[in-house]
Amino acid sequence: MERFEKQIIVNKIHGLHARPASVFVQMANKFDSSVKMEKDGEAVDGKSIIAILSLGINNGMKIRLIIEGNDASSAMNDLKEFLERGDD
Amino acid sequence: MIKLKGIGVSGGVGIGKVLLLRKDELTVPKRKISHDEISREIYHLEESLIDTRREISNLQKKISKEIGFDHGRIFEAHFLVLEDRVLIEDVIMQIKNKHVNVEYAFSQSVKKYVDTLLKLNDEYLRERVIDIEDVSKRVLRKMLKEKAATLSDLKEKVVIVAHDLSPSQTASLPKENILGFVTNIGGRTSHTAIIARALRIPAVVGVEIATENVKSGDKVIVDGSSGYVICRPTDKTLREYHKKSTAYAKEVKAIHIPRALKARTKDGKEATISANMELPEELSLVKEYGAEGIGLYRTEYIFLGRRDSPSEDEQYAAYLSVAKDISPHSVVFRTIDIGGDKFLSRPEVPKEMSPFLGWRAIRFCLAHPDLFKVQLRAILRASVKKNVKVMFPMISGIEELRQAKALLKECKKELKSERKIFDEDIAVGAMIEVPSAALTADILAKECDFFSIGTNDLIQYSLAVDRGNEKVAYLYEPGHPGVLKLIKGIIDAAHNNNIPVGMCGEMSGDPLFAFLLLGMGLDKFSMSAPQIPKIKELINSINFENAKGIVENTLKLHTPKEVEKYLHSELKRILTSESYRNILMV
Repeated sequence: MERFEKQIIVNKIHGLHARPASVFVQMANKFDSSVKMEKDGEAVDGKSIIAILSLGINNGMKIRLIIEGNDASSAMNDLKEFLERGDD
Repeated sequence: MIKLKGIGVSGGVGIGKVLLLRKDELTVPKRKISHDEISREIYHLEESLIDTRREISNLQKKISKEIGFDHGRIFEAHFLVLEDRVLIEDVIMQIKNKHVNVEYAFSQSVKKYVDTLLKLNDEYLRERVIDIEDVSKRVLRKMLKEKAATLSDLKEKVVIVAHDLSPSQTASLPKENILGFVTNIGGRTSHTAIIARALRIPAVVGVEIATENVKSGDKVIVDGSSGYVICRPTDKTLREYHKKSTAYAKEVKAIHIPRALKARTKDGKEATISANMELPEELSLVKEYGAEGIGLYRTEYIFLGRRDSPSEDEQYAAYLSVAKDISPHSVVFRTIDIGGDKFLSRPEVPKEMSPFLGWRAIRFCLAHPDLFKVQLRAILRASVKKNVKVMFPMISGIEELRQAKALLKECKKELKSERKIFDEDIAVGAMIEVPSAALTADILAKECDFFSIGTNDLIQYSLAVDRGNEKVAYLYEPGHPGVLKLIKGIIDAAHNNNIPVGMCGEMSGDPLFAFLLLGMGLDKFSMSAPQIPKIKELINSINFENAKGIVENTLKLHTPKEVEKYLHSELKRILTSESYRNILMV
């Protein structure tokens, strides 16, 4: 059981809305670990599209990822990489 | 104030607040559930999500194939919503903690998240909101499809305004809270019209633009006698209509004639006047209006708006209570006439291009002998008092009648071996509503005990007119010479074979045509209960010889207009001017 917590600046032109939010949730759901996303002290389930959308994350915003579980390390790597990478 | 004109199909004045049912709006019922129902509601949630997933997946494949893979991906967010843990958990929490039904819980959860997203005021999010709403509508439709949209927990009295009302919607309405009906489409014989008349609720149909002109909560006047709908009336108009409403109530009382009065012409020819009915609530009305039995009992309502099929015992109980209540008169149970404009909550009934020509009524029943036999056994068991008859709808040829009778025979045999009692000589009738049956009535008459002419369908099949389509509804003419010739042929064929013939369409409740039908020799007239006093008064005011005398002349006429004009002029000549006015409501 591992736990990782990292601050990330979102690098998506349209923020975590439309497509990027869907891709993020799909990626998160591939891991067993729990994924939490926190913005301004509000933490939501990172495996829920509705929850993530409700955070209203725009380009350049600071968020925190909290990942806990057996595959937390690789989950953090992939998800962080995705958020920090520019739009495909 | 706006005054709209439609077709007044059920008399009286209704004044009250509008409840607008939009064409695309899903009416989500709220219902308290018991502790035992929780797991079932959750199961229903899962089932609906899986069904919707399958539906979207098919849609996605289709779009990918037709437009390209990338466009198919627009549904990715839809899938995510369907699997969204936060949403699903929220729904389950509500079901468990608040004890509400799944449809309500789901719509509340979706609303909560949609509201949050809209508050963020971001144009990209707005598109997501559309996705979420779209997918949740799909889910809700899945949930409601099997339970049918119900308005059953209406709290206050309202006037229902809708594009159209489905039979299952109408069936689930709380009658005591409905002040009136207004629909954009429909005609005199549409389902809404029939139900409204039976329940004595004012109704105006075929208004075309009713839903565009009101919103829920608006004050509205429904004048079912003149066909006017007045939206947001001025105080002066309101006062006028309150007066009109009182006057109408008086008029209805005045037309009440002794219920024990038999229908007998002045020269002694008797006819049976019975009622058509569908809902158990109508029974008291039927008796109040002096019906001599039930000439058509539509059994569909037992099957509507539910997910399972009613058991034999449940049907038996329902049929028996009607048979007991109406005794010593008799009741004709028409076996299920699903399909067409009626709707059965069964997933295997596919949507059809031409439902009226499709897989319905006896066709559907013969294809489902398991389901059909349950109903036949229930009807047979309800026949212990020997006042029950059974009738098969939509017979188009002798083979269908034979097959249905063979199944009835099987049921009798089964019941006998189970030592259950029933009427061995139960009368079996064929509903004559398909032109081919009308034209081969002499063949059918030899193998059944009675006929009942279903004019609503017979007219629309003969004239190729969809009675629900307002663009062609004007062609729906009971007085069309083609229709009259078919009816005359059916009556003659029945009498040549010594079986009685009745009519259970709206036509027999129309005094103008009842006059002609009596002359043609029709034995039984079955109609919506409120028509009964007028028809009895008519028959008691004329001589059978007069009625017989006009048949030949009527059949020589060329157009429906000529027919109506001629019948009016004859009645005007025969009746006193007062009873002519009373009976024809002119």
